[in-house]
Amino acid sequence: MAPLSGRRPGLETSCSKKGSEAVKTKVTGRVTHGGELKQTDIANPDYFHKVVDCQWACPAHTPVPEYIRLIAAGRYSDAFMINWQSNVFPGILGRTCDRPCEPACRRGRVEEGSSDANGQSTGVKPEPVAICRLKRVAADLKDDIRHRLPKRAAKMNGKRVALVGAGPASLTVARDLAPLGYECVIYDADAQAGGMIRSQIPKFRLPESVIDEEVGYILGLGIEFRGGQRIDSLKALLAGNGSGAYDAVFVGSGAPRGRDLDLPGRKEAAKNIHIGIDWLSSVSFGHIDRIGKRVIVLGGGNTAMDCCRSSRRLGGEDVKVIVRSGFDEMKASPWEKEDAMHEGIPILNFHVPKAFIHEDGKLTGMLFEKVEAKYDDKGRRRLVPTGEPDVHLACDDVLIAVGQENAFPWIERDASVAFDDHGLPVVDKTTLQSTHPKVFFGGDSAFGPKNIIWAVAHGHEAAISIDALCRGADITKRPPPLFNLLSQKMGIHEWSYDNDVSNDARFKVPLKDMVIALKNIKVEVELGFDAAQAFAEAQRCLNCDVQTVFAPKLCIECDACVDICPMDCITFTPDGDEQELRTRLNAPSRNLTQDLYLAGGLKTGRVMVKDEDMCLHCGLCAERCPTGAWDMQKFFLEPAQAHDCHRRAPAVARPSRAVLGEAAD
Amino acid sequence: MTYLAKPRLHHPDLPKNKLGYTHRDYEGTVSTLCAGCGHDSISGAIIQAFFELDVPPHRVAKLSGIGCSSKTPTYFLGNSHGFNSVHGRMPSVLTGANLANRDLIYFGVSGDGDSASIGLGQFAHLMRRGVNMVYIVENNGVYGLTKGQFSATADKGSKAKRGAVNNDEPIDMVMLALQLGASFVARSFSGDKEQLVPLIRAAIAHHGAAFIDVISPCVAFNNHPGSTKSYDFVREHNEAVNRLDFMPAKTEITTEYAPGTLQEVVQHDGSVLRLRKLHEDYDASDKAGAMNYLLQRQAAGEIVTGLLYLRPDADDLHRLLNTVDVPLNQLSEKELIPGAAALEKFNASLR
Repeated sequence: MAPLSGRRPGLETSCSKKGSEAVKTKVTGRVTHGGELKQTDIANPDYFHKVVDCQWACPAHTPVPEYIRLIAAGRYSDAFMINWQSNVFPGILGRTCDRPCEPACRRGRVEEGSSDANGQSTGVKPEPVAICRLKRVAADLKDDIRHRLPKRAAKMNGKRVALVGAGPASLTVARDLAPLGYECVIYDADAQAGGMIRSQIPKFRLPESVIDEEVGYILGLGIEFRGGQRIDSLKALLAGNGSGAYDAVFVGSGAPRGRDLDLPGRKEAAKNIHIGIDWLSSVSFGHIDRIGKRVIVLGGGNTAMDCCRSSRRLGGEDVKVIVRSGFDEMKASPWEKEDAMHEGIPILNFHVPKAFIHEDGKLTGMLFEKVEAKYDDKGRRRLVPTGEPDVHLACDDVLIAVGQENAFPWIERDASVAFDDHGLPVVDKTTLQSTHPKVFFGGDSAFGPKNIIWAVAHGHEAAISIDALCRGADITKRPPPLFNLLSQKMGIHEWSYDNDVSNDARFKVPLKDMVIALKNIKVEVELGFDAAQAFAEAQRCLNCDVQTVFAPKLCIECDACVDICPMDCITFTPDGDEQELRTRLNAPSRNLTQDLYLAGGLKTGRVMVKDEDMCLHCGLCAERCPTGAWDMQKFFLEPAQAHDCHRRAPAVARPSRAVLGEAAD
Repeated sequence: MTYLAKPRLHHPDLPKNKLGYTHRDYEGTVSTLCAGCGHDSISGAIIQAFFELDVPPHRVAKLSGIGCSSKTPTYFLGNSHGFNSVHGRMPSVLTGANLANRDLIYFGVSGDGDSASIGLGQFAHLMRRGVNMVYIVENNGVYGLTKGQFSATADKGSKAKRGAVNNDEPIDMVMLALQLGASFVARSFSGDKEQLVPLIRAAIAHHGAAFIDVISPCVAFNNHPGSTKSYDFVREHNEAVNRLDFMPAKTEITTEYAPGTLQEVVQHDGSVLRLRKLHEDYDASDKAGAMNYLLQRQAAGEIVTGLLYLRPDADDLHRLLNTVDVPLNQLSEKELIPGAAALEKFNASLR
């Protein structure tokens, strides 16, 4: 997003495509010294969306603070439905998501340097809200929500869509399209739907029942699932595989091929050397239930973490993870590394695998070269041998988890689907359309291995594209998001959200006793928050979606907001360009990724500048404002989905609307 | 006004002073005054001034009388000594405290009712005795706690919120302070921290009776057209005679100014006040000239602000009374009961 995207003065803009809830804002443009127009245009949805760091970071733009408030209020089903609408798999993602929201969470920034009542540092490690685990709470504690799901389409529209692979991307496309009357047919080589969710994520992280439930909600919308049917030909599929031609094909077949390591001894000792994702899926389907006592796992990603932790449960006693790079550069999420180490699995870094050692075809160990990281002038890293003798590590089995690749042996090279040099399909990043107008890609199969939440985001966009294609509309014209701003004021000191900021540090999710957990690969390790813990953790959320909205015309420049702001976010000062202004604010403003909210038109000719970076959204500026120039307004944004392009009522009952309605009462 | 305590979280990059404190460490409990009260801005300026001066909070005694203004010491310097005294009686309580322990910084906060009406006599005698203190009057021209009657500093002809016109002559606290012998006299505006914070810092560093009259709009009862103490009126009629840069002792002074535009004054403690003149003829060391100027500008309807008068070599009460150098609580039995010979000697000196 361009840095000035939120700055569009002099425009009269309707914020919402649904006029009744729209906030109309007339912003008067003003020329500053540099001849630059600087006013923040709060009518541009991106401006406040960026302030909600978690939602902005989420590929599916889930309205995080909204559902966290609902969890705090004990409205788990409503919280679940907001998630379901947005990210389709709340219970699954609540256990397995890569959580791009959490590193972005403002709580992690504002806790830095926090001090107690006596000004002493609390020494608490700043941590984001446990957004992911709260999502799981909504799924765990909800009531039966089946009556709130969309109904099966009353009338089919005659269009047929084939989906290849029953993973999260395809399931999302089907969920979005089926209620609109599309006949969706999902093909998968496995007998059960779920894709990598089912085949690669170990059951001790994600129980089968959760997969069955959430995949079931989708298949229950009248979607045909043809399990155990591997697609061998795109051309044949387009032609209908013998059951009538398809109007569109969505490819969500993932990145199914695990990379191998061609080292000396690989062929000879093949019996005890396994490709990580294949091994995980064999474990998942019960084909493998044992592994040797000494196991080496090669690779530093999340798949490696799943491999080593699975090994610990299948008889592995001495399990090691060995990575080429440094510990900090590993691709695995920090919490997954922690979980592995918690289970007594050491991670050895800067070891480059050199050879598999075997005795007459029986694997006995591996040889590693020790390296160190050297950086050249341009900051590029090279791994240079330290010159120390090679390290021999004895083992019974090796799991290779050094990356995944896409593979499309079933797409004919003359099927008009173009591929790039890396073997990836050429796909439009917005529409997800390939070079064949009827063929769309999403999830790992589109741009290489990412994660579930990206697959969901791709699925929503692809569904919009497929729907437009089938209606004969221009698929490059994307529907705008729905958003609105609504005052949360209920009384002089009353807001419809809890604005008292919690001082609690992040709560830890309780774990199953390790002795029990390591005995059975199907025992879920994390127990999830109970209602009381969930409430306390939810209270740590700063409600960043409740925005500080400033009306310059009402301001008398009394400084009340400046004095009360606990984070020194607000400054009244002469105008200037952004870079220079940042040096004149009441508190240092070094985080350039966060916008300044700038408003002019004040009587003294100064401007109000608010650094959004550290705002606690506590509302004290608005409580202290004698004229109501500050107001706390909830920003609610939902990215468009396929059903938004249809005039009839939304396909899903929307709890979010009810919440907004209440706030207005 | 708010019912919430201010969150403890603070900006992680807040500057720290020499004592390792941030300005948040100089705050008090959250204010219960009306939202937008000028007094809260003055509290903010006081917090900033003490933070910038690296003053250990426990070396400050803040005293006040009764009224909105006199509530404010609760809202700053939560770790200092405080005394919320009787209406109009802050000066005598403060004088007593100062005599008992001369080592603390004495900070008196009062309002126009507390100082110009019920406590006018106390104010007068404190000033003429030269008690070493900072005396701040948070001046809004009305009795806010009793819903907006004119106070003694309301200008003649100014209008109350409901339209009543004030027919009484106003008391100008600055003129009184000048006349009564205050050695540091300033006027400022709650809505101009850039002016107010250096004035408070200089007043704290000043050795002697330092008086600052701060116009502080009452948002609830005196911020309407026809008021002469509203945000708009003060902004329109504010005539600053100078801008003060306060340099603590041992600061290297680098900025250069054109000759004649700058007046430098060295205080007792070595700190330097640099007055950038905004009005060429104004001389802050000339008391008679200052009084004359103030009367003229007042007649023209202007509110003169800035450092109006300063006598850097002022005496204070302790020197005039020739009191003992150390706080009374540090005197031992030997000094307190010097014996019959000492008594005899003393009595002889009176014969």
